[in-house]
Amino acid sequence: MSDTFTPKSYDGEREITWCPGCGDYGIIAGVKQALAQLQLPPHQAFFVSGIGCGSKMPDYLKANGYLGLHGRTLPIAQGVKLANHDLKVIITVGDGDSFGIGAGHFVHALRRNSDLTMIVEDNKVYALTKGQYSPLSARGWISSTTPDGSIETEFNPLLMAITGGATFVARTFSGDPKHMAQTFAKAIQHKGFAFVDVLQVCVIYNSVNTTEWYRPRVYKLDDDATYNPRDYNAAIQKAYEWGDKIPIGVLYVDERPTYEDRVAALAQGALVKQPLAGYSQATWNEFRATMM
Amino acid sequence: MITNNLTIRIGGEAGQGMDTSGAGFARALVRSGLHIFANSDFMSRIRGGYNFYQLRVSDKPIYAPHDAAHLLLAFNQDALTQSLNDLAPGGAIIHDASIQFDPGARNVKAFAFPFEAKALEIGRAAGMDPKRAKLMANTAALGATAALTSFPFERIADVIAQNFGKKKGSAIAEANLTMARWAYDDALQSADQFAWKIAPPADPTNRMILNGNQAIGLGAIAAGCKLIAAYPMTPATSIIEFMTAQAKRFNLVTKQTEDEIAAILYAIGANQVGVRAMCATSGGGFSLMVEALGMAGMTETPLVVVDSQRPGPSTGMPTRTGQGDLLFVMHASQDEFPRIVLAPGGVESCYADTARAFNLAEKYQCPVLILTDAFQAFAARSVGVEELPFEKFRIERGKTLTDAQLDQFKPGEYKRYALTDDGISPRAIPGHPNAVYTSTSDEHTEFGRIKDEDAANRVAQHSKRMRKLETIKREMRMPEWYGPADASITLMGWGSTRYVIREAVDLLNARGVRANALHFTDIYPLDEARLEEELNKAKRLIDVEGNYTAQLAQVVRVYTGRAVDDKILKYDGRPFTGAEIADAVPNIARK
Ligand SMILES: Cc1ncc(C[n+]2csc(CCOP(=O)(O)OP(=O)(O)O)c2C)c(N)n1
Ligand code: SF4
Repeated sequence: MSDTFTPKSYDGEREITWCPGCGDYGIIAGVKQALAQLQLPPHQAFFVSGIGCGSKMPDYLKANGYLGLHGRTLPIAQGVKLANHDLKVIITVGDGDSFGIGAGHFVHALRRNSDLTMIVEDNKVYALTKGQYSPLSARGWISSTTPDGSIETEFNPLLMAITGGATFVARTFSGDPKHMAQTFAKAIQHKGFAFVDVLQVCVIYNSVNTTEWYRPRVYKLDDDATYNPRDYNAAIQKAYEWGDKIPIGVLYVDERPTYEDRVAALAQGALVKQPLAGYSQATWNEFRATMM
Repeated sequence: MITNNLTIRIGGEAGQGMDTSGAGFARALVRSGLHIFANSDFMSRIRGGYNFYQLRVSDKPIYAPHDAAHLLLAFNQDALTQSLNDLAPGGAIIHDASIQFDPGARNVKAFAFPFEAKALEIGRAAGMDPKRAKLMANTAALGATAALTSFPFERIADVIAQNFGKKKGSAIAEANLTMARWAYDDALQSADQFAWKIAPPADPTNRMILNGNQAIGLGAIAAGCKLIAAYPMTPATSIIEFMTAQAKRFNLVTKQTEDEIAAILYAIGANQVGVRAMCATSGGGFSLMVEALGMAGMTETPLVVVDSQRPGPSTGMPTRTGQGDLLFVMHASQDEFPRIVLAPGGVESCYADTARAFNLAEKYQCPVLILTDAFQAFAARSVGVEELPFEKFRIERGKTLTDAQLDQFKPGEYKRYALTDDGISPRAIPGHPNAVYTSTSDEHTEFGRIKDEDAANRVAQHSKRMRKLETIKREMRMPEWYGPADASITLMGWGSTRYVIREAVDLLNARGVRANALHFTDIYPLDEARLEEELNKAKRLIDVEGNYTAQLAQVVRVYTGRAVDDKILKYDGRPFTGAEIADAVPNIARK
């Protein structure tokens, strides 16, 4: 079987400006691989990102995209999805963007279960602004704004996603291209809010969580036949696991109607395909009568 | 005797139901062929305090409130004391017998009725909960009003039956009708002591009753807006509420978001992929939207934003009115980008200019800001069906590419931000295989790719965007004149004060002062030379605005160099009245 779309079909025409060795190279390759696996035409994909190193991804892809503001990806993506739910809407964004400035939107996107895929390039630092600590930096993390070590508890995005209402929650690792591609493909295929945390190495500002550090620690949930991602309590337990052993793979999955499924106006098809001024004389007359 | 020219004020505490009964009476009047203008004045609390609903009645179209009331329906002591000075000489007060009042030397009549006692009595007989029963005092007061003004009882009976019959069970409707009848019969004996009468025309015309916020929602719907996102904030909330109430009929998506930042982003996301969408808020919420507003400017995404003003800064006066946000919305955001600012005046303008805003947004691919305010949001009037021709609104999408046009492109050829003479680049709606592209808040190339260091590209793209301003100016409308051309005084204003200023002009001319008015709906951008010509027609230019710093006067001066000769400014949170403006003019003339 010959494929219409290969990973190269999603190549942008631009020179990529990430540092050599940056985990984002692996992530973009994984994304292209997943799109090819799903045979998703570039014009049917819509990427949304914010501002940060990782957020540059849509600029390097051949697919529709909107590179918005720092912290504001999710409401844009939800607006896009409500307007045209025939598009596959995929968010690619950094951890600072998602859980620092954008945390408020994250909590509410989870509750809604919009049919979106959110891929977080989690390097546990603010890279583009040159290495300040992020909400995912561990307590004690030393950076230019926390010279004595962060005195805050780090945010646990997987736990938040599971308890907040996401219907697909996974983790993958920028050092494992195959696992990334598989995980992204599953996430994009999932109907509902799919959240993927990607452990991303930043060779410049994070000298702790390196590929060498992660490699011996990560293990695949898929290899554990007893793990059931439909078990909510088990997923919560897994979300706490960190340190010597770090689970990757699908932690949690559930099927629930999406936000778009529940919006009456979308039952007749994507909003953008509905006529702009399609109201009949009778509809207007009926309306007028109610105001008299 | 004065027929079909009176103002009725219903005052009491929040929760006593004045709005409902006032609106019911308004409906009865309009169905009888009369014109009404209704506005309310309420406090930021759910129960208690002193609120009023005011209804002006005429047999000719009316567009503004009257500053004096002829009949006051007072449901609590505060309503009576606080409205007493607004009562016209010879006017009357209808009040509950439990309120003590002696008009003394004042030229007003007072009629006391045991409304509450009677409501409890009738309510008990009908098996109603005493709290609900008490609310029937309202219905009774309307019965008394009908009697004093010689308005036919059957007309209000119809509305009462309809209001209570459908939803609330007919026992309640019956009890209310009994109340109204009792009060009507009782008050009829005093009818000859009240000089203002209402006489419905023989041949009534069907009219709607709409307020400014409803008209904004209707303008959006008629223009094909399919999505509104908002976070509740007075006085903008009733726009999304109205559209939500109409969502099933018109197949709309309405979304209460987690905050105003999300609201504007939802609207931008929807617009980016081709759906007409809007957000509505007040100044505080708009403050939160500012970063995203600039983003829409940068990505040239069409967008309509409503700012319904209230006095600030910060929380300010949540239920009051003002015009303090003009300079703010004109300049909000870092750096520069084309935007359009419209300030509708009156219900028909709220409708038409909101509808037009959606065309402008798509034609010029930029944000359009609509400025309204608390006064206009809640002010309702009877509107002829012909005034709002929903079916006839023409949708214009400017350089939006159709699928057939996009079929002609080779893949990879389409440039979303192509450099053009008029600054407008042909816009593809994402989803077509020949026009796969990205947009970004960074400075970008013609293809929409990030290029945030290059000077030449920056100059090319920034000039392209800014050139749109010149293109837009060609279709922006000059301010509108009202009154005699050879006036010695011109009253200049914008937005919601359009009709009160006209009323001031009429009053001044009646007093022998030659005055006219110049009203701005389109405020930015305007063609400077054409505007200067208009202003040259004004001899003495007096600025009338609801703010401290005369913001429109500043804008006009920047545009044209013309300074205003004087200012009538108000920032107490209350709307202007025509008489108030007219009265301020002689003081100015003497200076
Ligand atoms: C409102 C706003 N505040 C601050 C910034 C500056 N800023 C740009 S990227 C960034 C942090 C990026 O960190 P993250 O989202 O984790 O992405 P990374 O660069 O690490 O991939 C900040 C603070 C901005 N662009 N906008
Ligand atoms: S700074 Fe870090 S995250 Fe940014 S490109 Fe370089 S390696 Fe990647």
